[in-house]
Amino acid sequence: MSLSRLEKRFANLRAEGRGGLVTFLTAGDPDLATSLEIVKGLPAAGADVIELGMPFSDPMADGPAIQASSLRALKQGMSLRKTLDLVRSFRAENQDTPVILMGYYNPIYIYGVETFLSDAKAAGVDGFIIVDLPPEHDDEFCLPALAQGLHFIRLTTPTTVGERLPKVLNNTSGFLYYVSILGITGTAAAAQDVVRDAVATIKAQTDLPVAVGFGIRTAEQAARTVEVADAAVVGSAIIDKLKEYLDENNRPKPGLTQAVLDYVRTLSEGVRSARG
Amino acid sequence: METPNSYKNGPDERGHFGIFGGRYVAETLMPLVLEVEKAYKTAQADSSFQGDYDYYAKNYVGRPSPLYFAERLTRELGGAKVYFKRDELNHTGSHKANNVLGQILLARRMGKKRIIAETGAGQHGVATATFCALFNLPCVVYMGATDIARQAPNVFRMKLLGAEVISVKSGTGTLKDAMNDALRDWVANVEETFYIIGTAAGPHPYPMMVRDFQSIIGREAREQILEAEGRLPDQLVACIGGGSNAIGLFYPFLDDKEVAITGVEAAGHGVDSGEHAASLTGGKPGVLHGNRTFLLQNEDGQITDAHSISAGLDYPGIGPEHSWLHSMGRVDYASATDSEALDAFQMLSKIEGIIPALEPAHALAHVCKIAPKMDKEKIILMNLCGRGDKDIFTVAEALGVKI
Repeated sequence: MSLSRLEKRFANLRAEGRGGLVTFLTAGDPDLATSLEIVKGLPAAGADVIELGMPFSDPMADGPAIQASSLRALKQGMSLRKTLDLVRSFRAENQDTPVILMGYYNPIYIYGVETFLSDAKAAGVDGFIIVDLPPEHDDEFCLPALAQGLHFIRLTTPTTVGERLPKVLNNTSGFLYYVSILGITGTAAAAQDVVRDAVATIKAQTDLPVAVGFGIRTAEQAARTVEVADAAVVGSAIIDKLKEYLDENNRPKPGLTQAVLDYVRTLSEGVRSARG
Repeated sequence: METPNSYKNGPDERGHFGIFGGRYVAETLMPLVLEVEKAYKTAQADSSFQGDYDYYAKNYVGRPSPLYFAERLTRELGGAKVYFKRDELNHTGSHKANNVLGQILLARRMGKKRIIAETGAGQHGVATATFCALFNLPCVVYMGATDIARQAPNVFRMKLLGAEVISVKSGTGTLKDAMNDALRDWVANVEETFYIIGTAAGPHPYPMMVRDFQSIIGREAREQILEAEGRLPDQLVACIGGGSNAIGLFYPFLDDKEVAITGVEAAGHGVDSGEHAASLTGGKPGVLHGNRTFLLQNEDGQITDAHSISAGLDYPGIGPEHSWLHSMGRVDYASATDSEALDAFQMLSKIEGIIPALEPAHALAHVCKIAPKMDKEKIILMNLCGRGDKDIFTVAEALGVKI
């Protein structure tokens, strides 16, 4: 069986003996053109996996940074259809870097699950993280996605690492995303030894790579994360960087793309220096 | 569509009423939602839980609430006899106390140390703050910044009762945003915190649990009307935002096929105006706040803002059981506009000496439409689920009166 783009990426990381960097940005923030420019620059800046947020009006599991980011994108007319357009444009230039779409179920449900899956696959999407679809609702979207050969990545949390873990691992594919703290995105980071123990517990039950996120803001934190996990996920901190380059009307100021990519590069250097 | 043997069997073990309901929440919350469900099942089987509920319902809330024959109103409308279930006489001024009492007793059984709630008009927030004072539990109420501005008396009440009121500025600063922030708080404080949801919505088991606690309304009303009239009513009417007072009245009557049932949504400036809160009339099925139900949303699946003069009905969704009853055709769903509700509000004050909340004023507006067309032998039973003291400022402003 041939490996998917995402599996290949993690296999290569393993072969190189280094941890990966997963970067999160909201598709269409601050606008479609700028967002595409940033996404196109991410692989060269060192992002190993690109996670793109599908903007939603009510992002219940996200903190202020990603909420605001989502609303900025929507205000500029972003939609699920345009998110797929963005991936298609990126994929025309890059066939190697996996793209994961992250978001909430309602826009997909309204788009139509089967149509969405085939459109997303054609656009070059590799997998999904749908925050409000727990294993109890796998028949809705997870199983149809797997049937299309797309990945369904699940979040596990400190409340999952117990009797629920097998249930969460079942039907998860690509990698597992360990949310290191209880809470919404953009809050404090967890202690390394706590993360190490949690990752060990997960690894005892699955061969899937484990990415760890929530609260990572510096190259050093990213480095410490990949000392105990297969990849570090950084989201809110990148969005905060992007926000520094918005004017009072949320329009991009000169240098925004460069600043965001420079920041990603420092994170990537942190990750690459970690196990060396 | 096949008619079920009973309309009272839902939800199934996954929390579904037909395609509606469910548990669409982040993984962080799943263990907690499952824990609440388990604790609720155990509590239901424990007679001491019911005993505690009955004790406080009688001695603290003031139940049973009377069933009142509105004689002057009936004469004025010239048709069916109109009865009110007087849930506005409950302690804290609305039906919300029935639910908060049940959930806070459950929270205590679970050993939770902190209570959070969302509120729109402030009625649920006040009820939650009240019971937190009674049981000495810290209370945090999330309330949209817009609602805080238009419901100042209730904000002050909650603070007097010792609650912390957090102003929610995200989104449009109304009930849905308050619920988003309450869910965010819960995700971050899962160990100690119990989330008391105010309406029959949210992830399973909340819609079922809230319905069960509110069904005391319908159970009492059923007994009371049998005593007063020797028969069941011909028509039930209740207003619907999330729909907890309505499901509470309707549920015990669902299998009485001779009883027609109507829920009244808030039509704001009119369902065609785009500025309304009528999820069933003007929305379509979607997934939000843990359940699949009818939602106001655009073609991209983004949730749109609701509008109603009544902050308690100003929510873009509706409880999943109502969506199911709508799809099965068991309950009819109508709507009343802001101005129809305002007229009904004033009329009831003058004719019966009862100042209703703006929420049941919507139900009353519907009663005013249908009663005159019905025979004098017919009986309408309406849930008067809240009193209007909190609304006098809003109404004065709408009428151009300075107080």
